[in-house]
Formats: sequence, C-alpha cells, structure tokens
Amino acid sequence: MASVLRFRKLYVEPAVRCDVGESVKAVSGVAVPPVEEKKGTRRRGWRRREWNCVDWCCWAIGYMCTAWWVLLLFYDSFHMALPAPESPGMKLKREGLRPLHPVVLVPGIVTAGLELWEGRPCADGLFRKRLWGGASFTDVLRRPFCWLEHISLDNETGMDPPGIRVRPVPGLVAADYFAPGYFVWAVLIENLARIGYEGKNMHMTAYDWRLSFQNTEVRDQSLSRLKSKIELMFRTNGDKKVVVVPHSMGVLYFLHFMKWVEAPPPMGGGGGPGWCAKHIKAIMNIAPAFLGVPKAASTIFSAEAKDVAFVRAMAPGLIDSEILGFQALEHVMRVSRSWDSVMSLLPKGGEAIWGNLDWSPEEGYECDQVKKYLKSFPTKQSSETNSTDGKLGFKVTDSVHYGRIISFSKKSSQLPSSELETMKNKDLARHHGRVQNNASCGVWTEYDEMDRESIRAVAENKVYTAKTFTELLHFVAPKLMQRADAHFSQGLADDLDDPKYSHYKYWSNPLETKLPEAPEMEIYCMYGVGIPTERAYVYKLSPSERCRSIPYRIDGSAEDDKGCLKGGVYSVDGDQSVPALSAGLMCAKGWRGRTRFNPSGIRTYVREYRHKAPANLLEGRGWESGAHVDIMGNVALIEDVMRVAAGAAAAAAADVRSDKIHSDIMRMAERVGLRL
Amino acid sequence: MPTTRRRKGSEPQKTPPEDKPQSEEDEKKGKSRKQVQEKKRKWSCVDSCCWLIGCICSIWWFLLFMYNALPAYIPQYVTEAITGPMPDPPGVKLHKEGLKVKHPVVFVPGIVTGGLELWEGHQCADGLFRKRLWGGTFGEVYKRPLCWVDHLSLDNETGLDPPGIRVRPVTGLVAADYFAPGYFVWAVLIANLALIGYEEKTMYMASYDWRLSFQNTEVRDQTMSRIKSNIELLVATNGGKKVVVIPHSMGVLYFLHFMKWVEAPTPMGGGGGSDWCARHIKAVMNIGGPFLGVPKAVAGLFSAEARDVAVARALAPGVLDSDLFGLQTLQHIMRMTRTWDSTMSMIPKGGDTIWGGLDWAPEEGYDCTPKKQKNHDAYHGPGNQTEKMNVPSNRINYGRIISFGKDVAVLPPSKIERMDFRDAVKGSKLPPNVTCPDVWTEYHEMGWGGIQAVADYKVYTAGSLLDLLQFVAPKMMERGGTQFSYGISDNLDDPKYQHYKYWSNPLETKLPDAPDMEIYSMYGVGIPTERSYVYKISSNAECHIPFHIDTSAAAGQDDNCLQGGVYLTNGDETVPVLSAGFMCAKGWRGKTRFNPSGIRTFIREYDHAPPSNLLEGRGTQSGAHVDIMGNFQLIEDIIRVAAGATGEDLGGDQVHSDIFKWSDKIRLKL
Repeated sequence: MASVLRFRKLYVEPAVRCDVGESVKAVSGVAVPPVEEKKGTRRRGWRRREWNCVDWCCWAIGYMCTAWWVLLLFYDSFHMALPAPESPGMKLKREGLRPLHPVVLVPGIVTAGLELWEGRPCADGLFRKRLWGGASFTDVLRRPFCWLEHISLDNETGMDPPGIRVRPVPGLVAADYFAPGYFVWAVLIENLARIGYEGKNMHMTAYDWRLSFQNTEVRDQSLSRLKSKIELMFRTNGDKKVVVVPHSMGVLYFLHFMKWVEAPPPMGGGGGPGWCAKHIKAIMNIAPAFLGVPKAASTIFSAEAKDVAFVRAMAPGLIDSEILGFQALEHVMRVSRSWDSVMSLLPKGGEAIWGNLDWSPEEGYECDQVKKYLKSFPTKQSSETNSTDGKLGFKVTDSVHYGRIISFSKKSSQLPSSELETMKNKDLARHHGRVQNNASCGVWTEYDEMDRESIRAVAENKVYTAKTFTELLHFVAPKLMQRADAHFSQGLADDLDDPKYSHYKYWSNPLETKLPEAPEMEIYCMYGVGIPTERAYVYKLSPSERCRSIPYRIDGSAEDDKGCLKGGVYSVDGDQSVPALSAGLMCAKGWRGRTRFNPSGIRTYVREYRHKAPANLLEGRGWESGAHVDIMGNVALIEDVMRVAAGAAAAAAADVRSDKIHSDIMRMAERVGLRL
Repeated sequence: MPTTRRRKGSEPQKTPPEDKPQSEEDEKKGKSRKQVQEKKRKWSCVDSCCWLIGCICSIWWFLLFMYNALPAYIPQYVTEAITGPMPDPPGVKLHKEGLKVKHPVVFVPGIVTGGLELWEGHQCADGLFRKRLWGGTFGEVYKRPLCWVDHLSLDNETGLDPPGIRVRPVTGLVAADYFAPGYFVWAVLIANLALIGYEEKTMYMASYDWRLSFQNTEVRDQTMSRIKSNIELLVATNGGKKVVVIPHSMGVLYFLHFMKWVEAPTPMGGGGGSDWCARHIKAVMNIGGPFLGVPKAVAGLFSAEARDVAVARALAPGVLDSDLFGLQTLQHIMRMTRTWDSTMSMIPKGGDTIWGGLDWAPEEGYDCTPKKQKNHDAYHGPGNQTEKMNVPSNRINYGRIISFGKDVAVLPPSKIERMDFRDAVKGSKLPPNVTCPDVWTEYHEMGWGGIQAVADYKVYTAGSLLDLLQFVAPKMMERGGTQFSYGISDNLDDPKYQHYKYWSNPLETKLPDAPDMEIYSMYGVGIPTERSYVYKISSNAECHIPFHIDTSAAAGQDDNCLQGGVYLTNGDETVPVLSAGFMCAKGWRGKTRFNPSGIRTFIREYDHAPPSNLLEGRGTQSGAHVDIMGNFQLIEDIIRVAAGATGEDLGGDQVHSDIFKWSDKIRLKL
C-alpha cells in the first residue's frame, strides 16, 4: 500500500515541477508496475506533455504580461524621481523672468514631420498620417517601397511627383519629438513654457525640408507664411521683436529667409530693406551648418557616412545583401538625391575655407584630444598645451591633410602633394556620355549611366578637395547638380555688389551674401564641441561588379595609429555632424565686426558647449550633451536662449553676450585667409 | 527488491528510512499529500490565471496580426457585400467632374468640439504638459477627475485663467478634426476637400478657446488678430481669391462677432476698415448655427442637465445624484460650466418676440407625429401644412421655456397664478450645520426661500428667463452682461451698439457692407429637438441642485411632443429650426435693417435619415448637430461653393421644414 502511495507521489510530483525530467525518467524506468497504474501513467503522462508544451508557453506569456502590467502600473503611479538638475525653466522663473520677445523656432533637415495629403493607391488610409517622424513608422515598415516612392521628389523638377502630395506638419508638434521619446525641440519648448511662453508667442516654422529653399515658397508659400507669422507675433506682443532659434539646416533656411524677405516682390517677399531690423532681435543659431558639412558630400557621393561604413566593417555583406531584393543603400541614394535641400549642406567656400591638397585650417588638430576632453576637465592651461601641440603638429610632415575631402586609398590621403599623380577633371569629361544599357535591375541611380571606365577614371584621380569635389559631383551626377546649381551656390564672392548676387541661389550661402542692415540685431553661434566629427573620407572602388550597386564606398579598413583616421574617416572637433569650423567661422571671423559680409556690424557671439556624455542610462540623452541634436536638451544652451528671449537684465545678459570658447575655432579662423 | 532500489534512487531525501515507525510514515505521507494538493491548488489558481491571460494575449495578438496582414480592401469588400455598394464620397465625385481648388476655406469650430491642451498647471497635473485635457481620449478625466475639473474651470470673477493655470486651444487642423478617436468632427470634410486638391496652405482651422467669451479670446490670446492675419495671408498667397468661411454651431456666433470686430476701429476692434469683409470673404456657410440661441443652453445653465441627462436620471434614478465616491457629478459639471462665459452666448435671444410668449409661439401647430410621414409631406413645400394647422386644440405652449409642473405648461395663461420672484429674499435658510463639501454652486447662497420663489413664478418665457438666471446666478450673469446681449435692437444706429457685447447677437448688429458676400444657413431637420422644459423642485437634500427636469411628465400616446419633461420641436437635435433658419429666412432676406447691403442668404436644409445599420457608423445622410459634418450632400454643397459656385448654382433654398411659415408669424420690424 505504501509503495502505491509513493508511486502516486512520484506521478504527481513531476506534473507540478514540470522541469524534473530525471524523475520522469525514473518513473518510466519502473520495472513491473501494476496494470492499472500503467494506464494511469499513460493518461497522466499525456496530460503532462500537454502542459509542457502549449500551456507552458501560454503560462510564460501570461506571466510576462502580468509582470509587465504590474510594472507599468507601478511606473505610472510612482513618479520616477530622477536626480535631474533643476530645469532651467524653473530656475529662471524664480529669478522672475517673464516672456518678452516672441520666439520663432526653425527646425533643421530630417527632424521635422511630413504628412501625406494625396498618394498612390498603395498608401491608402494614410491620409494626413505622418510619413516622416512621429509614431507611424510601423506603416512604413509594412510597405517600404510605397513609402520610398512617396517621400521621393521628382528627379527633374525637385517638386512633387505627379499624384503625390506630401506636406510639412504645421505647429509645434512638427518637430517637438522626432519619434516617441526622442525629443528635438520638446525640452526647449517646455522650459520656455515654464516662464510663460505659449502658442501665441512661440512659433514653429513648418517647411518641407526636402525642397530647395526657394521652392518651399513656390509650392507652399512657406516663406510668406513665416513672414506673416513674424509680423503677427510682433504686433500682438506689443511690438516686441522676435528671437529666432534655428537649428542645423534651419540656419541656412533662415539666412535665405532674411535675404528673401527684404528682396523686391517677384523673387523676394517685398518687406523692404528695414524689415529684419524692425522685426528681429536676435538669431540664436543652434549647431549651425553655415559652411556646409562634409557628411553631406559623402552622402551624395555614396549614400553613406561614418555610421554606415562602420556597420559595413562590423558585418560585411549585411547592407549589401540582396535578401528581400532590397538594396538599401541604393534606395537611400536615389531618394536622398531627389531632395534638393541636401545640396544646401555641401561644403561652401571651396579651398579657401576647407583647405587644399597641402593645407587645412584644422591642421595640427590632435585627434586624441577629444578623449582628453572627456577624461579630464580641461582648464585654460590644457587648452594652451593643445595649442602648442598644434604648433608642433604643424611642423610634423605627415600631419593630416583634412583638405583632401575625398581620397581614394589611404596612401594618397597622406602623401605629400608633390608625389600625387593628379589628373585634371576635364579629362573625366571625355568619358562622359556613354550609357550602360542594362536596365534590368530595380533601382536607378545616376551611376547606372556611367560606364566602368569612367567610374575607374574617377578613382584614378585619387584626391579631391572641396573645390574639385564639386566638379566630381558634376561628373557623376549631372542631373542632380543641374538642379542644385539652380538653387544653391557653394562659392566665395569676390565682389558682393555684383548684381548677380541678387539671385536667390546665393541667399543661403553666407559667403556670397551680405547680412541685412540691422545694427541692433545679434547673431549667436551655439554649438557643441568635443566629439569627433567627420571631416574627410578615404574611399575605394566597390569590389562588386554587380549592376546597380554604388561603385564607390568608404574604405572601412583604413586606420592610422594617431586616431585621426578611423574606419576610413578623418575626424576633427565638432558636434558629431558639423565640424567646429563650419559652425563657428562666420561668427568668429566672417561676420565679426564690420566686414564686407556684415556691413552694418551686427554683433556676433560664439557660444560653445563642451560635450559631456550622460553618466548613466537614467540620464537619457544627457543634460550636457554637445551632440548635434542632443544639444537641444543641453541645460546651459537652454538657459542662454531663455535669457535672450526674456530680455534678461543687464547683469545676467552680459554673461550671455560674450564668447564662450572651448575649441581652437579662433586659431582656425586666423588660418583661413578670408578677405573681409 | 527492485522497488526499494527505485525508491532510493528516485527520491532519497524525501523517503523516510524504512525502520521508522509506521505511524510516523503515514503522517508524513499525509503531509506530503497535503503539500501536493496545495501545489495543485496553486496550479489551479495563480498559474491558471497566468495561463488564461497568456492564452488570451496570444490569441489577441494572433488575431491582430492576421488583421494587420489582411489586405486593406477585404474589410471594405465585406462591408460592401453586406450594405451594398457605398456611394462615392463627394470629393471623388466632384474630382471626376473636374472641380479644382479655388477659394481657401476657413473652419470655425463650435463649442466643445475644439481641443484644449495644458500649458501650465498645478501639481496634480504633472506630466500633462501640452497634453490634451479636452478632446482626445479624455483619459485624465478618469484618472484624476477633480484635478481635471479644476484645470478646465475658469476664474469665477474674471472669466479668464485662474492663477497658475494656463489651458490653451490646440492649433491647426488637428484641433477639431476628431473630437475623440474615431469620432469625427471636421475630418470627413477635410478629407473630401483634400481630394480636389486642398491642403494645409488653402485650409485653416480658426481654433479658439471656446470657454472664453468671444472678446476675451482676443484679450487673452489675440485669437481674432490671428484669424485676421491668417485670412489675409490665405487671400494673399492664393492669388487674391476670397475665403469661404465654414463655421459650425457656436462658431457661427463667433464669426459674427469676428466680422464686426475686424471692421471696428482699433482699441476695441481689429481696425481692418469698413470693407475688410467685402475684400476677404466670399461666403459664410454656417452649419447648424444657433443664431438665436438654443433652449438647451438654458437647461444647462439652470440645472446642468438637458434631455440626455434627464433620460439617464429616469432610467437609473440615483446614479447621478449618489454621493458615491464623493463625486457630485452634476454639481461639479455645473460649477465648471458656469465659469465658461461662452455658454451664455447661446441663451435664447430676441425674447418673446422670437421665442413666443405665454400663449403663442412661432412653432405652434407643429405636428409631433413620427417624422417619416411628415417629411414626405414636407417635400411638397410648406403650403401643404395648412390643413394640419387647425388640428390641435391642446396646442403646445412652446413659448413657456421653463414651467414648473406639467399642468402649468398646458394651462391657459389666464389661469396661472404667479408670484413675482424678483424681490424674494434670498435667505440663507440652510441649516448652519449642513456643510456642503467641496462643491460650491451659487444655489447654496440662495436659500430655500429663493428656491421656492423661483418655483412659484411657475412659467418663464424667453424674456423672463433672463431675470430668472439673473436671480439664480447673479455672478455669472454679471460677467455675461458685459460680454453678451440678448435683446432686439430698435435703432441699430444707436451708438451704444458699437460695444462688443452686441456683436454676436444678429438682432442687434448690422451685417458688414459686402454686397457680393453670401450667407448660407445649413442645418439638419427631422429630429426632435429640445424646445422647452417642465421642471420640478428636487426632493433631495440641500446640497444638491434644487431643480430637476420632471422626467415623469409625458404627454399622451397621440402626442409625442412632450417626452421626459421636454417639449420637442423640429431641428437637428440641438438647435431648433427656428434658431438656425430664421435670420436667413427672414431677418436678413433682402435688404433689411439688419442687412443693409443686401447680402444674399440661402437656406439649405438636410433631412435627417438615420444610418440604416451599424456598419455605416454615423451615416452619410445624417442631420444631427455634429454628425451632419459627415453628410455627403452638405459636403458636396460646400465643395462646390469652395470651388467657385454661387448659391444660385446650388439651386437656391432647399427647405424641408416649416421655417418660412414660422418666420412669417414672427413680427419683427425689418
């Protein structure tokens, strides 16, 4: 009897502890169990197996769900008391700051939302849903090709393709969050609201960042809209001038706007020469890309930048694989090349600014310095040592040639210029015109119209500087550049009074326009430093002979021992996207005092914010970040913006109205031989 | 022997040594069996729960996945298989006809439908910055109801923000496209306009804080300056084409106010000059406009209830009044809504002249028999109704907007004994030991004597209603008196009419001087609409609202006009036909003193046809106050006008109700 009971115990036990496999085995090893028991075993065993399989799954899922909900509930009911520093909004509110000047926010490229107004059948049900930014990226993943088709522009006109209307989202929601939880302007908006700002004295400029600047006016009248909004805010807030806060490409857009608004009507807004002086108090450029970014060059050339090259180095074949028939990079290239606005970010000013084969303003920049920044809090002394390092570096023969924005092979990027075998770009032109006719593969990029020979010829030319790179682009992407040339110019003006400079294509280039006549105005350049930023690239010919793949790619294997060259990319100081040179030069030199670019002597201030990575995960993207987008959450920057917007009292304002410099921008500026 | 070995092998720890006394072993077995049972029970309890949840979740996800994987056309196909082919939406139809964008359109949302978001709040509203407090999911209402009520109320004295709270209207088309997820307001119209090419640059939602009085939206937010600037921008950027304005519900009054404001000189007005409207506005297409107010607003202000609340109370007495959770729902609602000045813009205007006196009303003779039959007759025009005119011997006295007791509502005027309430002493006869927690309404200051006096007056017409409200809610009406006016002007040139409080009353203002403009009045008909109420004194304790709609009051079976204490007339469920149509049918028809430049007016009525089944949602032929925004016919009319058509092109008036007959009965000097 006792043994029978024990049997039972055995049988029941494993059912309870589902994982006790051994005991189950032991049971099956029973030699001569009674007959009824055997039956019982089988029946119970069957039930047991059921538990072990589907039910076990359900049970686990159930557990997880419940746990998740409980956690969620907890999270909801308890407010996480993060060890956050006091928000600048609270601090300044206690100081008694109130809203004074209306604030206009100008978002940059990529960060603002786009929504669908008319589309092809494949985009059914997406009417007025966001195609870019915001929550509905799930829809994108469900129909990637449809999505690509809708966010592309027409390759000829740079406007909407027929039958598709994608429009910018208006209002503050356009760019407060790029994706759920990923803030862009939200932190700034919230802090401004703390001291009393609201919809009536805060405006988010909505413009389609894919279009060239003048086309936003042609298609959507975005510039007229902005003009009318600024005039309205000026009027309804007791004739207080506005403070404009553009970010990234928005900086160029606003430059364009200032020229447009004062230009006479057919091409411009007809506001008259005093418009800016009357309506604008200050322009607080955040992470400005005044002189362009090298990243844009590599994006246009091969649709990749450091991040892509890095992924390729880590997992070769992943991006290039044709699984799912999705040639990711080729698609990206085709789409981004249809966006004219990318062209506005090409490096401007040519070799005078960005350096030539032998020379560059950043020369002698010590690449490890970035790490030093992060490790030890640099003092004035350390910046001095840096500068001496720089002088030393200047003498070193194998200093980095940042001026060579694109070089084919690492060797040519380091050789002295005398040893470079150069070939004139004009030679390239000869190859042009032969079209490959294998139109069987899906994606079309302009590279398909080049033959192998000319592709190789491009690589043989070895090294390109800012100036020759433009010529290179004309060669590899003639249609794109044709559109781009109608809307943007990358030159450096000799004579600003030349009547040709009244054309709109020069308006977004600070080196080819004068600032408006507004001596009271203030211009701030506020940007992060202390992050390695792409400056020049080492390229190689793409090994694959497949049709339709981009023939060039960044040589991810190129490294050097000094740390300047990593994964085929030479880095300098900057905010991860924009080098300090591009962000700071105009405020540090080009517009400083009365120059030919700034005839009325608008005061300029350089405000640099040293990057400090968030200490732990809880801090999210950090309060002291200097990265291109994350800087919008930088407490010091927000405070500066708010002090200017609230028209801070003289004592506090003196602090804002001064330079704050961590990088070598002033020394770099000296090296740039810009006639003022 | 093998048994012993097995025993040892399988569970050496648990097996007691063989030489232990039998009893002990039994005990142990018993214990372990108990343990087993406990474990078993555990399985059947927590784990089965988890199992169940897991099962449901997995199935749910699976279904969701299947649904998502389904091609989009299948649900539509199924729907069409059941209901028959759907008609083309008007946008598609008109796009095929070749209509294109022409005039920019401006939407003016009504009360309640516009979203409000938080910009600054008290501690309890942490984390709600720039989240919607009104519109959207209303999630916060359930999470922290008192906090929510606090934030949506305005200051009782000034009618502006309470200190430390800033709640602002949402801007852009999102402000009122959907009121709640899935409940469209403007979305259908917007989608259809987009089909013929409209987009953000040619459409503008004139959102404003609908809780404020109209002039205060300018004072606090400069809303009207904003609208002015936006309309000017729309005209300028669209090649000088004038805008088509589409106000809905209270937006109609707001836009009337705007038109006066924009032409008035600067300190009080917008300084646009006397031809601003003529230069910028092509047409005003009023949807469901309560030009002359709505009786519902009175019931709302008087006792925070209307028919819907009254029905709820009749069905489940005690729910709304219960003190469960310490939530005195109605009192809270009343306190909140009474701080909203805008509700006072919808108190019936024009007094007895328009709404009828003790013994007459323009609607009298209205046949309350089921609509279907009546509507068929109405197609033949208003003339046919004359036979029905002489039927009712027990006419309904619609003029008595509030009567205490059903008998009073039907008595001939000579037999009603009334006691004047105006001088009644508002004794604070509340027993001092009764403390009414939390909620404060002005009734608490009135005392029992005042309440009795109000009831003793028995009957209130539109004229005496104002006195009544003055009596029961003096503070509110004091605020209201500076913002709105409800009279009829004798002499419109009197300089006092330059004050902004008259601007939203069509009976006390002239239309702007814009002979090319057109005014449309578009509204649904064929739904019983609240017109007057039978009240009683609440039997409940002192802390409650002392007056209730008498839900037991109902007429006989042959007469459907009185239902649940509410007399019904024709309308769109909220606004009676009289209020929506009178101005366009008579007050502004031709050159009158209210319309000196002879702006053309058109009446477009839409007969209500309820959706035939659930799949149709809110219907494409609805005439209800909000659902009419999805009425295909109305949308078609709007699109045609926006694309350039005039009122004559649409076919002039389209009338189903007796509006012209009723208008004739109103003796208004024109």
